[in-house]
Amino acid sequence: MKLFGIKIPMMASLIMWAIIWEVVGRLELSILLPPFSNIVMRLFEIVPTATFFSAFWITAKCFIIGTGIAILIGIPMGVLMGRSIVFDRMMLPWVNMFLSAPLTALVPVLMTLFGFGTKTIILTTVLFAVWIIVLDARAGVKNITPSLVEMTKSFQANFWQAFTKVYVWAALPEILAGIRLGAIRSVKGVIIGQLLVSVVGFGRLFELYSSNFLMEHMWALLFVLFFFAFLIAEGLGVLERKFEYYAASRN
Amino acid sequence: MSAVAEAVSTDKTDIAVSVNDVTKIYPGGVEALNDMTIQFPKGELTSLLGPSGCGKTTLLKIIAGLLEPTSGSVTVNGKNVTGPGKERAFVFQDFALMPWASVLRNAAFGLELQGVAKSERHAIAEKYIDAVGLKGYENLYPHELSGGMRQRVGLARALAVNAEVLLMDEPFSAVDEQTRRKFQEDLLTVVDDEQKTFIFVTHSIEEAVYVSQSIALLLPRPSRVSEIIRPDIRRDISPDAIRRDPVYLDIVERIWKGLRTYVE
Repeated sequence: MKLFGIKIPMMASLIMWAIIWEVVGRLELSILLPPFSNIVMRLFEIVPTATFFSAFWITAKCFIIGTGIAILIGIPMGVLMGRSIVFDRMMLPWVNMFLSAPLTALVPVLMTLFGFGTKTIILTTVLFAVWIIVLDARAGVKNITPSLVEMTKSFQANFWQAFTKVYVWAALPEILAGIRLGAIRSVKGVIIGQLLVSVVGFGRLFELYSSNFLMEHMWALLFVLFFFAFLIAEGLGVLERKFEYYAASRN
Repeated sequence: MSAVAEAVSTDKTDIAVSVNDVTKIYPGGVEALNDMTIQFPKGELTSLLGPSGCGKTTLLKIIAGLLEPTSGSVTVNGKNVTGPGKERAFVFQDFALMPWASVLRNAAFGLELQGVAKSERHAIAEKYIDAVGLKGYENLYPHELSGGMRQRVGLARALAVNAEVLLMDEPFSAVDEQTRRKFQEDLLTVVDDEQKTFIFVTHSIEEAVYVSQSIALLLPRPSRVSEIIRPDIRRDISPDAIRRDPVYLDIVERIWKGLRTYVE
């Protein structure tokens, strides 16, 4: 971007917002908005602590396990739905319903069933991520060139071969898009799960900070989470672009 | 019908594929084939030639076992066709290569599905990649190849499974004209070398006359075999000489006269 003939670097707007924040913070208008520099200092203070590290570890563990389960369930289910009309008719209404449902409302139910631990958080993560992965894998399989399906049939692939050697690969661009969107939802799931359970991980930290009005800590923690969510989405986006030539060369 | 009778009169063991009273009605009531009967002699290249809508691709897919006939039957070497089989291999109009796999893996894919060991199937695939003129391209990917080269991979894949019958669905229609001529010449070499039965769908009269031992002329509405033509053109002269040969040109002209009423 160019402004008055001077080239402006990409992240310049962030710096501008940080300055505004700093000024507003220094005016001490609200306890909710401490100066930006204080938050940054607090960030470096809490990140190296053992409490933060254990919370981060639990979150990472729940995120990885939850997303992994969502992928392992979502892809085969989506591929099956894309290939079988009967299965599709059976599952599609449920998938669409869960995709748009306010899943947060289900977390208390999960808590009564699975307790106040990581199990509930992992399940919440799965519930948030799995549906979009299913729908994208299904769309990918439905988009496979008909002749590629006929090729698979004419060389007499059995069900397993067709699934693992052709369909999953042919649908890979959509499947990867689904995994990226699923992972973004996973981040929401893992945080919402922790906030509602609120006795483990970042949920406990948020509970601790907010009940003690430690706004600098709270913001520092939020920055860390936003940063990681952004990193995950961007990282998967890069991976997805690597496979983009697939989609272009399919037709 | 006399042409059909003529084809039937040849010795029964010389028939590779036999289509008996096949009717195909698509869901929605579109009748693609109506009571079609035709025989394909062993070891020859037979073209199915006709204007669009005459059901030639439908017939080929029924022979391949990819479509089920509404009534009637297809036999290959005396055995009823119930689905795709090892003795038939298909070459697709749009190549149907796997973009994520190398030329070598694509060409060996039929064998891979049959469970042939990696070193063995790669050796066979390399042989046929060489035979279709793609030696040195084994490790490239389909998007790095031209249309003509992609179809050569498709042909190598069909040859590699060593099927007796090769079904080719307008294999050169997505290939540019210059590449197509060279490919037609190379196909004749492959037909001579392989001693297989080729069934070749095309809408190009010149192509059909140039590559086939016999041409089944299909006509639409109702879809039927109108004539079987054996273009006995000289094969001992150069490809360019064939294309200028009066016999070749006469047959092209004769077929065109038969077809033009369906185009206008």
